[in-house]
Amino acid sequence: MANLTLLQAVNDGLKIAMREDPSVLVFGEDVGPKGGVFLATEGLTAEFGEERCFDTPLSEDGIIGAAIGMAMNGLRPVAEIQFQDFIFPAFDQIVSEAAKLRYRSGGQYTAPMVIRTPYGGGIRGGLYHSQSGEAYFCHTPGLKVVIPSTPHDAKGLLIASIQDPDPVLFLEPKALYRSVKGEVPEGSYSVELSTMRTAREGDDVTVFCYGAMVPVCEQAAESAAASGISVEVIDLRTLYPLDEEGVLAAARKTGRVVNVHEAPRFCGYGAELSAIIAEHAIEHMEAPIMRVTGFDTPFPNTLEHNYLPDHRRVLDAIERVHAF
Amino acid sequence: MVQTPEELLQILGPEGGLEGELPELDDEALRDLFVHMMRVRCVDQRMLKLQRAGRVGFVGTARGLEGAMIGSAAVLRPTDWLWSGLREGGAAVMRGLPLAEYVAQMYCNSNDTAKGRQMCNHFQHQGTNYPSWSSVIGTQVVHGVGAAYASKQRGEEAVHAVYFGDGATSSNGFHSGLNFAAVWDAPVVFVCVDNGWAISVPSSAQTAAESYAAKARAYGIPGVAVDGNDVLACYQAAQDAVERVRAGEGPSLIVLHTYRMLGHSSSDDPSKYRDDEEVAEWERLDPIDRYEAFLISKGVLNEGERETIEADLYTEIDAVIHEQEAADPMPLATLVEDVYESVPRHLKEQYNAFLSVAKRYGEAERGEGEFPL
Repeated sequence: MANLTLLQAVNDGLKIAMREDPSVLVFGEDVGPKGGVFLATEGLTAEFGEERCFDTPLSEDGIIGAAIGMAMNGLRPVAEIQFQDFIFPAFDQIVSEAAKLRYRSGGQYTAPMVIRTPYGGGIRGGLYHSQSGEAYFCHTPGLKVVIPSTPHDAKGLLIASIQDPDPVLFLEPKALYRSVKGEVPEGSYSVELSTMRTAREGDDVTVFCYGAMVPVCEQAAESAAASGISVEVIDLRTLYPLDEEGVLAAARKTGRVVNVHEAPRFCGYGAELSAIIAEHAIEHMEAPIMRVTGFDTPFPNTLEHNYLPDHRRVLDAIERVHAF
Repeated sequence: MVQTPEELLQILGPEGGLEGELPELDDEALRDLFVHMMRVRCVDQRMLKLQRAGRVGFVGTARGLEGAMIGSAAVLRPTDWLWSGLREGGAAVMRGLPLAEYVAQMYCNSNDTAKGRQMCNHFQHQGTNYPSWSSVIGTQVVHGVGAAYASKQRGEEAVHAVYFGDGATSSNGFHSGLNFAAVWDAPVVFVCVDNGWAISVPSSAQTAAESYAAKARAYGIPGVAVDGNDVLACYQAAQDAVERVRAGEGPSLIVLHTYRMLGHSSSDDPSKYRDDEEVAEWERLDPIDRYEAFLISKGVLNEGERETIEADLYTEIDAVIHEQEAADPMPLATLVEDVYESVPRHLKEQYNAFLSVAKRYGEAERGEGEFPL
């Protein structure tokens, strides 16, 4: 066991995957000798050489398109998009190509690849270094969408994603890169995709969250406990395909649900959670299913900490569904 | 004929006279090229007939482009990859895509290797490295480059021939693809088939560059302009480009200037946007007529032999069509298969819910069962 930051756990996961499988390679903008703008790929070029970890021209469309071709021809590419905000030139490649290839070819061609990208606010990055675009991608059959919130899961989910036979979008909560530390096993292990984690057990209210919102919700649960409300916090870990059975069991357990994400509300991930619970477990609900989210605005800068859900707004929602 | 600022590579004159140096092809190989070109045309004719009869939904013909696709693809080895656009299916047949699979795909029936998931005219053949292609076209220019990188990294000799049209040169993928290939020195030959039209937009309106071949210079790779109605020129240009790659001299672009004689597809009426006169002018440059004249003058083909070849081809094609008319119904479960390697629970639930309605209306009586949950 080592005590690592989430960023170090990502770096460790990449190294382990590259040591285990010579077909794994890492590329993107500034990921080579510099080691990435956040240093997630530090040391990879030195250890694995320029053929397996290298910088590309500045073209997200090219990075993802090339990754698809590599994956179709036997490699296991791990492509980095420097900020999730920059992924949109590659949206066509992800949605029209990577996600549809297995289906459209009747299973004859596949694109086992991982797209790693830091997402989310909290670093004073403004509109173009802060967005949470997970909902765009969760609307895309054929793609898997994974978001870790702990160093342990970051490494285990990343290794599982690289070994997965289908394309995975791996969103890393950059606000947690250096702010959380935790025990991470040495060597290789994987955390199964499409499984959720109970971050905190509770009986009165269930909070669903992921990524950088997990510690926020844990803090809200702690505050709620002080006033006698027992809150269960579920870290979804894989947004798509979702462990729907697990979500429904956790919702039925308390009958009171709050969904939390930093992305805008309208058509956001919380809407899907609410719909699934309403469709299958409405008879267990004791209160309206609530959402605490970012505003339906572009991402702000100076006021970003007002935009982002904090433990007080989450606590307010917990108290309201509890009192309903 | 297209005027380009570069010298247009040409081996046969418009009447079929030998004006350049003959590629290293013996008489049998020369004759084979002709038969392959004829097969493309005959298959097209039959598919159009089936489309008009309502048997297949959509045809993207290659009439006029037979020399471009057959000449350029004939230089590829079975281990090379051909990345296709809409009209290169005939080249794939030459390289080993079974005609039965071609026709099954046109019918989108249960013999289709892609399980009827793509609209007509979207072929694939894993055995000869002819990957499933996307209607978006420009996107896969980069896929070819990525796959070529993989071949190179493994030390394989494979060359990746990436086909696209004049329209795709305006897409992101063209730019990223040529740029990445050049930076990576990837084993790729880019084959731009300038057939004059991107649906209704003429290739003259697609770019203000002095030529399509000139675009290659911006990426630091050679660009060659070729008479795309001269099968031997297309062969030679592709051969030179492939040899460059195999010699480690890097990727290049060849532009085959030709003309799409029919509409963009069976759903298109080209009379709305182009003059019959222009079409008639290109008819006089027909790649098959021209090559036939050359082969007859060389004694490789006899007068009237074309008719015999055509009759034999139609016999071959009609037998395949007859066989493909009857196929088992498409299993309904293919609706949710191959989205992921294994069918996830939510898709099993969606399918089971659908099946219960289908059964209620008697539409699932072929022994199709629910997924166990």
